Amino acid sequence: MSLDHAHTPAAAVADDSIIGAPTAVSDQPKETKTVQIDSHSINFGPQHPAAHGVLRLILEMDGEVVERADPHIGLLHRGTEKLIEYKSYIQATPYFDRLDYVSPMCQEHAFVLATENLLGVKVPDRASWIRTLFSEITRVLNHLLNLTTYALDVGAITPALWGFEEREVLMEFHEAVSGARMHANYFRVGGVAKDLPAGLDEKIAAWAEKFPKFIDDLEGLLTENRIWKQRTVDIGIISPEDALAWGFSGPCLRASGVAWDLRKSQPYEKYNELDFKVVVGRNGDCYDRYLMRIAEMRESVSMIKQCLAKMKPGAIKLQDHKITPPTRSAMKHSMESLIHHFKLYTEGFHVPAGATYTAVEAPKGEFGVYLVSDGTNRPYRCKIRATGFAHLQATEKLSKRHMLADAVAIIGSLDIVFGEIDR
Amino acid sequence: MHAFLAPYIEPYLGAYLTTLIVVGIQALLIVVPVLIFMAYLTYAERKVLGAMQRRVGPNVVGPFGLFQPFADAIKMLTKETVIPAGASKFLFILAPMLTFSLAVIGWAVIPVNDGWSIANINVGVLYLFAVSSLGVYGVIIAGWASNSKYAFLGALRSAAQMVSYEVSMGFIIVTVLLCVGSLNLNDVVLAQKHIWFCIPLFPLMVIYFISVLAETNRSPFDIPEGESEIVAGFFVEYSSMSFALFFLGEYTNMILMSGLTTILFLGGWLPPFGIEPFTWIPGPIWFIAKICFVLFFFLWTRATFPRYRYDQLMRLGWKVFLPFSLVYLVLVAGVLMVMGWLPHVV
Repeated sequence: MSLDHAHTPAAAVADDSIIGAPTAVSDQPKETKTVQIDSHSINFGPQHPAAHGVLRLILEMDGEVVERADPHIGLLHRGTEKLIEYKSYIQATPYFDRLDYVSPMCQEHAFVLATENLLGVKVPDRASWIRTLFSEITRVLNHLLNLTTYALDVGAITPALWGFEEREVLMEFHEAVSGARMHANYFRVGGVAKDLPAGLDEKIAAWAEKFPKFIDDLEGLLTENRIWKQRTVDIGIISPEDALAWGFSGPCLRASGVAWDLRKSQPYEKYNELDFKVVVGRNGDCYDRYLMRIAEMRESVSMIKQCLAKMKPGAIKLQDHKITPPTRSAMKHSMESLIHHFKLYTEGFHVPAGATYTAVEAPKGEFGVYLVSDGTNRPYRCKIRATGFAHLQATEKLSKRHMLADAVAIIGSLDIVFGEIDR
Repeated sequence: MHAFLAPYIEPYLGAYLTTLIVVGIQALLIVVPVLIFMAYLTYAERKVLGAMQRRVGPNVVGPFGLFQPFADAIKMLTKETVIPAGASKFLFILAPMLTFSLAVIGWAVIPVNDGWSIANINVGVLYLFAVSSLGVYGVIIAGWASNSKYAFLGALRSAAQMVSYEVSMGFIIVTVLLCVGSLNLNDVVLAQKHIWFCIPLFPLMVIYFISVLAETNRSPFDIPEGESEIVAGFFVEYSSMSFALFFLGEYTNMILMSGLTTILFLGGWLPPFGIEPFTWIPGPIWFIAKICFVLFFFLWTRATFPRYRYDQLMRLGWKVFLPFSLVYLVLVAGVLMVMGWLPHVV
């Protein structure tokens, strides 16, 4: 607000009245006063309930309308990429669980595939099927969390509680194979850590039978709900060109109508043997991003069923014990196995010099690992292409001139997890 | 009650003091049950939401978690009251008190049974309408006095949306009053002896209920507190007892507005159809049962719907509810006129 030039006339009037001259206020030219109202800024997060972790968003607002959204990152920075340079390849895998902690196995997958690329090995069939199976389970796991917390951000509380109950079942599958609910460390270079425990495939099949019913219930609460549609349709629209330009991938890109899915375009593991559709949206708004994830969950369930049907008994890791550990029992009897085990868990394995960019279709989009090896047992450089990072940088574009409540919906629809953004 | 007590105490205390004591006892008789009802409403809310969300709700404190509300109350009381440094102290403390007392004084005119109200005044409906509209001041004062941006946004939202649903609420009440011919709440109930207004005026009841949700800041219109947008909105800076008063106010208000809905549309204390087995149950029990029925819808909507944006609520109020209630008012007036059903007003 500028006030300084308003003082002079008032002083002149006062002077006139002192010397007794007639004060002709009406004759004086009216001073025009410019009042400039600044937009106010609010500090959205990092403790904000809708900040999805530790997002700090500086919002410049004109009343309730967002004029500028400035995301600040770095509050969950742990230096993962640098840490990996000091770890052997085996020790590096668990760091990937902790990036995007709602879809752990898909990220291990990227790193493990990258290492296998450099090593030039191919995992046995069954290991490949198990990886595909658990990639899809992880996808459902991720979408369940995202959709339900997204709904929570928009004000619907029930989906979140329903979804978490279903997630728990999937977590148990994680636990059954790896011993950990979230940070599985299950995918290993050369295969997977262990075979599926007895009876797990039936449990997964039983779950896959009844899960579509749950998706129906969830959709019953949201899909045709007028309030949900009012809150998400035409909110945060991004055109296909812009989405590509901003580096979108995964459901967020497909919602804009770009049929880009790494599982189709450059199939890895067993995706070329699976029958599935790439679902694309039309408008690229929050509602389409929601629909994408719902449809992907249905596709994932069908893929899980196919995996279970096509999976055959067999080896679950390479029998090259320079890369994969020997069995416990072999270790007790064979000196060579004992040496292999010792060497593997102390020194690790050496990877031939070279570089690779390997990406997988993680639930959130393209998750890539650029891995440079100098021929030692540790990566020379490991650059992680985090999906959410590209999505987060578009918050400004998406939420401009939207209301505060819409900004919350947009952040929810982008599926942001800070573990991977800050790394 | 005055007639009952007066012969015993009036000779000793005089007329004024007697009235004071009697009114005091009456107030306690209303406020204490209301507060207990409110305490168990919070319990019921958690249980109902729990059932709808595939979980159990409170079940640890006491049998079936029945003492949970008291545990909560004790917790609230023992917390530290924090007054932010930049807050306007007087208004900051005033706001929760205002909210709570407004929610309670509305009960003065609510008839629990034929003639059972503290003040059986002829402008009961107007009084309640005024009291419930004043409730928004608590929100605005709290948002202003907190000197916090989130609280201020909450207050702004509340101020912006208030008028939009209250206008149509007014028209709905006018429609009911046309059918009754009196502003006395007791008469409103008695006019429904033959048919509850929820049958001929069903669409209005639905709109009225939705407006009540907005009036009490309940989901899907919990916009001023918007948990996931502006954290807790107007009461983001409140803690301890000052927070508890907002909480009490919100829930008491819910019960009050359910009571009003019951009186306006569901026949107050009247048993359904006025026939034999139903009439055995006394009026106050019917009244409470009906309030519980309405309250259940509050909880049900909370479990079901996402939150509106405040401009969408305003659109709903001005562009949907207002024209509809206006047209319905004219329609009802026309029908009453043509059929000669206008109530005989002395």
